Amino acid sequence: MPDDYTPRMQDTQWPIWEVFLQSKTGSPHEHAGSLHAPDFESALENARDVYLRHGDPQTSIWVVESRYIRTVESEDNPEFFEYTKYNIYRHPQFYDVPRGKRTEIERKAIQNRG
Amino acid sequence: MSESQENKFQERIDQGAKIEPRDWMPERYRKQLIRMISQHAHSEIVGMLPEGNWITRAPSLKRKKILLAKVQDEAGHGLYLYCAAETLGVDRRELIDQLHTGKAKYASIFNYPTLTWADIGVIGWLVDGAAIVNQTMLARCSYGPYSRAMIRICKEENFHKVQGFEIVATMAKGTAAQKKMVQDAVNRWWWPTLMMFGPHDSESANTPELMKWKVKTKSNDELRQRFVNLTVRQANAVGLSIPDPHLEYDPESDDWRFGEIDWEEFWNVIRGNGPCNRERLQTRREAHEEGAWVREAAEAYASKRKAEALKQPA
Repeated sequence: MPDDYTPRMQDTQWPIWEVFLQSKTGSPHEHAGSLHAPDFESALENARDVYLRHGDPQTSIWVVESRYIRTVESEDNPEFFEYTKYNIYRHPQFYDVPRGKRTEIERKAIQNRG
Repeated sequence: MSESQENKFQERIDQGAKIEPRDWMPERYRKQLIRMISQHAHSEIVGMLPEGNWITRAPSLKRKKILLAKVQDEAGHGLYLYCAAETLGVDRRELIDQLHTGKAKYASIFNYPTLTWADIGVIGWLVDGAAIVNQTMLARCSYGPYSRAMIRICKEENFHKVQGFEIVATMAKGTAAQKKMVQDAVNRWWWPTLMMFGPHDSESANTPELMKWKVKTKSNDELRQRFVNLTVRQANAVGLSIPDPHLEYDPESDDWRFGEIDWEEFWNVIRGNGPCNRERLQTRREAHEEGAWVREAAEAYASKRKAEALKQPA
């Protein structure tokens, strides 16, 4: 391979965008992948070309510049996720309550229906 | 890096956990993945070249459209993969420079010429067929972004394989000349396709490490055997022969045993001396440089839109 080659120009390194697709109305937008684009509009157009190319039905598409996404990961910061552990009273199973019982009137009506 | 960190990492891998970009990983894991993913991305991009030559010469409008869509898919696959590699802390720009300067490798198969229309069918059938066998395994790889890109790619790659096999099947039941043309293409592509799975397990320096980390979950020879079994049956279905006098069915294992691969040829092509290595790289560099105006135009258009948006009253 000739290795005297040096690129004449640098590739443009545009910002990275994250693409989210919704496959039907009411479904959550799911992360599909990433791409490079110089601005919002081109990011949307590129996302259409790359991720809608195949023709799987999609109802909506979001693009977000990656640098605007902030994350916390449970492995690095378990305390951040601790909160939910103390929330057991948010679950219906936490409570011990009597079950509903049919009234006398209802029971008779059912018997009469046969 | 501490030994305990490395042990903890291995434990997570053994439990089948996926590794995400922000997770701690051994430097060597990161390096191996960058090498593999970028090599894979380059292969998709260079893979457009042998087929691109046939877009204008495809025998019907339908075939032109299909081939155009397929080549567009390869570009998309390259993009998914460059983005997956970027999650490991390299720039796409850097990776593309490595391709263009010849520092990075791509699949040796794309250094063979496409002489006839039958080659386009056979590439879809054999080359994309081999790629699917390999990629189905990689879809289960331990690195999350690579695995997710592979799942998406596999879904699209099946179209490539089937459209190729359909071209092959059509020609195989065509005129004597068409059948001869497609058999000739099979004869030329068969052995280079088997080489796509890489050297024998015993010669493959990277395999043990990659399997330990579950980047690969099957060895080169296992994948190659699987591909041969699938393909011999498909060749049989369309009445084409496999150019291997040693091909023999082993009823014990239900495998088709095949002859020895010419590894000298394999290494020769890898080293840059295949029939089209120089041409492919030169075409790729020219495409990149001659495409610079498209990137500049996109930037100019983006700044124009931005200026207009600022002018608009709120």
